[in-house]
Amino acid sequence: MSTVSKEAPLLTVDDLRVSFPTRTGVIEAVRGVSFTLGRERLGIVGESGSGKSQTGRAIMGLTPQHAQITAKTLNFAGRDLLKISNKERRDIRGKRIGMVLQDPKYSLNPVMTIGRQIIETLKTHEKVSAAEARARTIAMLEAVQIRDPERVFALYPHEVSGGMGQRVMIAMMLICGPELLIADEPTSALDVTVQLEVLGILDKLVAERGMGLIFVSHDLRLVSSFCDRVLVMYAGRVVEELPSADLSKAQHPYTQGLLNCLPTIGTDRHPLPVLDRKKEWAL
Amino acid sequence: MTANVLSVRDMVVSFDEFLALDHVSIDVAAGESFGIVGESGSGKSTLLRAVAGLNAFSAGTLTINGQSYSGRNRSKDFYRTVQMVFQDPYGSLHPRQTVDRLLLEPLAIHGFDNVDARIMRALDEVGLGSGFRFRYSHQLSGGQRQRVAIARALILEPKVLLLDEPTSALDASIQAEILNLLEQARRDRNLTFVMVSHDLGVISHMCERLAVMKSGKVVETVTADALESHDFAADYTRQLLIASEGFRRA
Repeated sequence: MSTVSKEAPLLTVDDLRVSFPTRTGVIEAVRGVSFTLGRERLGIVGESGSGKSQTGRAIMGLTPQHAQITAKTLNFAGRDLLKISNKERRDIRGKRIGMVLQDPKYSLNPVMTIGRQIIETLKTHEKVSAAEARARTIAMLEAVQIRDPERVFALYPHEVSGGMGQRVMIAMMLICGPELLIADEPTSALDVTVQLEVLGILDKLVAERGMGLIFVSHDLRLVSSFCDRVLVMYAGRVVEELPSADLSKAQHPYTQGLLNCLPTIGTDRHPLPVLDRKKEWAL
Repeated sequence: MTANVLSVRDMVVSFDEFLALDHVSIDVAAGESFGIVGESGSGKSTLLRAVAGLNAFSAGTLTINGQSYSGRNRSKDFYRTVQMVFQDPYGSLHPRQTVDRLLLEPLAIHGFDNVDARIMRALDEVGLGSGFRFRYSHQLSGGQRQRVAIARALILEPKVLLLDEPTSALDASIQAEILNLLEQARRDRNLTFVMVSHDLGVISHMCERLAVMKSGKVVETVTADALESHDFAADYTRQLLIASEGFRRA
């Protein structure tokens, strides 16, 4: 376990709200989320529709145009992300904040070789020569434990497996050395055995480079084994925040319910306890 | 040992050069719940689809309820005995048919009488009231859709239910509800389950015995109890078990 730094936080989110106007009324996807993040691993857990991904996207600045984002503070390394220009936002996105998406099949460019897409990221943010860009890309591919980086460099995304694709995605996000990485369900599309490898790589790189990490996932157990702190979201709000180590002492019935409803090896519970959703949780 | 309701011997399925199933054999006793685990590409779904007649198999035998089947020809009787529930509830229901129509179709094909009462009963059984009867699948949540898919399978009163990752597209809390529903249905109707999943936790919860598959072969067949007490031989089973316990910092 890494210690939580006491210096100025990397990211401060206070009362973040994201809403989508639709024909049938305004959908409030995120309703007042607040947290601060230092150089630590923070997990955001919730079911589909809880607003966990929209929280990550709002920080990254990937919310669709028509959505309304408000926040008392959305401060990244001393700058208010909601006040700066699009140009400044672009400079931060990819360079200082990176984001790993769920499925490498859909998030890598299918008509560009892996090497070219990684170089593209690098060249957007730094002035480097072609030779240096290539060398750094190969080194990065090596860092995510791709055995034959020269070969993978020249491949197209459809030519690699899911686990390899996700490593490429991580390599692409880390090549500019971001201070904050947002991982949105980075391993949900992968096999259980491959999942652990990719998590291991992510964990090592985050620790080595001293980055902050926001890990968004539906899997409470996985998040708690990976992160230092966990935010549990329900219906657009944070219902509970607790250190991963104290997960078993969760107070909120929703967190307890999420933990209990998972079938595990070695427990004999028939039928499984199910979540009894209370209206007041969503208030 | 009771008679095997489903028996697969040395089944081979190949797609061009690729050997998806390489001499696979499993036996499932009547009333048993049998699990198949493995990573993607291990052939677990192919095995289920070959049993259901959705893939042809080129060698080996398949016996269900004492009757042999080959290739992908299946009689109507077969589908009265064996029904399947698929992984993705968003893809397995006809988007332009109401729930009523979806449930009516198998009844009409098999010439059931009393369709009205049967549809009502099927919906009740899966915990959806009559209010859902005339809705389209896009008006339902993922969990509700999977309930409709289960109702559609159960409405023909089959003896064997093939379950291909029935809960992997659902949230954890919804997964618990669907697993409970399946167990209840199995108890009430004395069904035999063959369940495929990549989640060892789900399989060990639902099944008494399970086969571990890798690259088209059955690595080993163990009981759920043996899995709990780590009493198995194959290294691959151990890997899966470790993977299912979550991330550990080295």
